[in-house]
Amino acid sequence: MKRKVIKFFIIAILLFLLGVFFVGLNVSSIYDTKDLVGKKINKIEIEHFYNNTFITQKDLKRNHFTLINFWSSWCAPCREEHPFLLKLNQEKNIEILGVNFKDKKKHASEFLKKFGNPYDELAVDKFGKHSINFGVYGIPESILINNDLIIIKKFIGPINEDDMDFIRKIIN
Amino acid sequence: MKKIIFILYFLLNFDYLIADSTSINSNKIFKNLRCLICQGQSVADSNSEFAQTIKLVVKDKIEEGKTEKEIYNFLIEKYGEWIVYKPQLNIVNSALWLIPYLVLLFGGIIIFLLFKKRGNR
Repeated sequence: MKRKVIKFFIIAILLFLLGVFFVGLNVSSIYDTKDLVGKKINKIEIEHFYNNTFITQKDLKRNHFTLINFWSSWCAPCREEHPFLLKLNQEKNIEILGVNFKDKKKHASEFLKKFGNPYDELAVDKFGKHSINFGVYGIPESILINNDLIIIKKFIGPINEDDMDFIRKIIN
Repeated sequence: MKKIIFILYFLLNFDYLIADSTSINSNKIFKNLRCLICQGQSVADSNSEFAQTIKLVVKDKIEEGKTEKEIYNFLIEKYGEWIVYKPQLNIVNSALWLIPYLVLLFGGIIIFLLFKKRGNR
């Protein structure tokens, strides 16, 4: 009887371990912040790039849709996505809020002068602290939100043609 | 004698008790946070942009008077539970916390039964 109980427990433990490995190996370990989609962003208060005022959630609630784009002049992939942002800026239902991330103002201004300014509003995140509130872990990263400040989609990495089509479909 | 040992123990740990109740050790938090863009490094070990930013935010939260748990909850809300090394005790993670104790318990029972059987022989 005891032997049967011991055998049962050994088999149960082995089956459990197999189950854990099976599930663990089938779960993708690639990190992303897709869990933030559908959640509301609270406490937005980012310093304006050109003056000492703050861009708050009240400002973003006025727009139908806002694309919050974290960028920097020292970020090579940001240059890659820049033409797409310029095209998106021509759309009516969306405002683009650029957040200049850990950059020098002089370099950021030169970057915009050279490649064009796709941003309706421009904010500055000198120490990168605001990026944490948006679940950003690298730049470029963009977040599409509606006027209820609900995250519709997060774009990790540079925005491309497909992302632009997706945004167009959503906003139109 | 017991009283002396108790007093000595209390005096030796007094600083630690005060430190733990009045301030949060930021390094302890950094060590429990995963650097999401690094290969197997904690925020404490990494100098990446992400780790540096997280360190600044954690220090700000401590200055705001947030508790360790509140800081973890804030970061978990933004980055998911993957950001903390030590999983939180909840229904989903209960197996992680309970299984080692259950294995220890059943292992003990099995060893006890085996020894008892040997003793009977």
